[in-house]
Amino acid sequence: MADTLTAVAMPAERDTVAARPSQTRSHNRTRPALAMVAPAFVLMCLLLLGPLLGVIALSFTDYQLGSPSFSWIGLANYQDMLADRVFWISLRNTLTYVAIVVPSAVALGLAVALLIESGGSLRAWYRTIYFLPVMATLIATSIVWEFMLHPQFGLINGLLHGIGFEGFSWLQDRRTALYALCVIGIWQALGFNMVLFLAGLVSIPRQLYDAAEIDGAHGAWARFRLVTWPMLGPTTVFVVVITGIRSFQVFDTVHVLTKGGPSKSSEVLIHTMYIESFEFFRSGYGAALTVVFLVFVLLLTLVKSALANRGVHYA
Amino acid sequence: MTPRHRSIVWSVARHALLLSGAALVLLPFLWMISTASKPQTEIFTKSIHFIPYSFALWDNFATAFDKATLWRFLLNGGVVTASIFALQVLIALPAAYALAKLRFVGREVLFALVLFCILIPPQATAIPVFLLFHKLGILDSYAALIVPFTISAFGIFLMRQFFKTMPDDLIEAARMDGISEFGIVWRVMLPTAIPALTAFGIFSVVAHWNDYFWPLIVLNSEHLRTPPLGVASFRNEEAGTNYGPLMAAAIVIIAPLVVAFLLAQRRFIEGITLTGIK
Repeated sequence: MADTLTAVAMPAERDTVAARPSQTRSHNRTRPALAMVAPAFVLMCLLLLGPLLGVIALSFTDYQLGSPSFSWIGLANYQDMLADRVFWISLRNTLTYVAIVVPSAVALGLAVALLIESGGSLRAWYRTIYFLPVMATLIATSIVWEFMLHPQFGLINGLLHGIGFEGFSWLQDRRTALYALCVIGIWQALGFNMVLFLAGLVSIPRQLYDAAEIDGAHGAWARFRLVTWPMLGPTTVFVVVITGIRSFQVFDTVHVLTKGGPSKSSEVLIHTMYIESFEFFRSGYGAALTVVFLVFVLLLTLVKSALANRGVHYA
Repeated sequence: MTPRHRSIVWSVARHALLLSGAALVLLPFLWMISTASKPQTEIFTKSIHFIPYSFALWDNFATAFDKATLWRFLLNGGVVTASIFALQVLIALPAAYALAKLRFVGREVLFALVLFCILIPPQATAIPVFLLFHKLGILDSYAALIVPFTISAFGIFLMRQFFKTMPDDLIEAARMDGISEFGIVWRVMLPTAIPALTAFGIFSVVAHWNDYFWPLIVLNSEHLRTPPLGVASFRNEEAGTNYGPLMAAAIVIIAPLVVAFLLAQRRFIEGITLTGIK
């Protein structure tokens, strides 16, 4: 109604005296609008978009920090990378880490959320406790984990000895280092996933459970299989992708606890990238590693939007 | 079993499962507090006990504050996170308002760029930004810690979505009163946006208080270290000899956020799960 009114009124106005004021008024707002977005736009170009293009461009050069000149070397960095044993170890470790942390942290997050939702008492308490590791500075908690995993005086080995097992030098042993980091990763990610699942669970309409009951779905498992799991579809995809992206970014625990060792057994992509770029200052090569990392993150994002568009709801 | 019995059994099972899980999740925190309360001799022993025989928490805190300039790290953390958030708001709020409520050339393109920028992981831009700061000669400074995060595409997106839901009448009325467009952002939109801003603030502060990657890259000087860098360097210096004070330092670094979280849990969970939208 209002739209039609202005549509009718506008041409008449424009032909008469009102033409100038209305023009200047809209002009007045374009200028402040541009002034308002200008700082954000400039900073976005300078600190996000530019560097993103920069890192891709850099990956085709032999630039090293401090060197006076550089040249385009095409795909040489990528060829070096593919020929480098460390890159393959690093990639395999990262994928292993993701393959362990994502399913575990998602399944445990879901399990805890379901358990919390299934009863009425102490909900807030449990939620708070499980969420605590998400809040706590990972570097600080990593150092606590390191002491717990101490070969001689650590709590974990102490408990293992108590029940008659031989302990491990968890972080100093190439057979266990990566898995120890996985455990810390799961411990930290679980609470975040739990909260996302709790939000998903709350939004499932109660009537669906009643309807399922009428259709003969008795028992917790039937309710879960027929209502909860399908309705949580979008949430689950989301949680999997988020956990996946975060796991690909794993760095803090690795850098503080193992430095990728022993003998590269816990070397991961971002850590390799950090060492190459900021310890050896091989910026070009580091940029190539960054591009590989970006490709993986991008793939995960695409998976998310592809599934979201297909409406996983009813899968 | 009657349904009543079944529900009691289930309730017991639920608590048993959740409590054992909670114990595992809390274990590192409990062990941290326990170790921070023990004297050296009790730490280097193979017998496991949570309650220390002699209570050394204050000694360990004193040693930690003495050896590791913890106050400085906390101060740096406060300065850096507060500056980042203030600048993020200063830059994002007007942009979000313009994107939500004003019509201008290139609005759709700009919004698409914002959505794209949300997807860029911080590790991806590290090398070029580092080289840029090297050229500008501002590595190893507060500026180096703050500037890269002054632009939050996610913050712009979030506030834009929030402003979209605000009635145009409110803005029209403000214009009638002769308030400029910039005035509207700070005097009309900002006060109504406090809940959304709080959530974003928590998200931002937690992310940057805990950030390790970027400070590690740009910092050299000890006096600029942020809390995670500080506690990591304390650990490197002590090289696994002085666990009591080290755990005490960990408590100090973790405490500000955890205490704030315990006081305002709902807001914190809201704020941090905002990353979910990301």
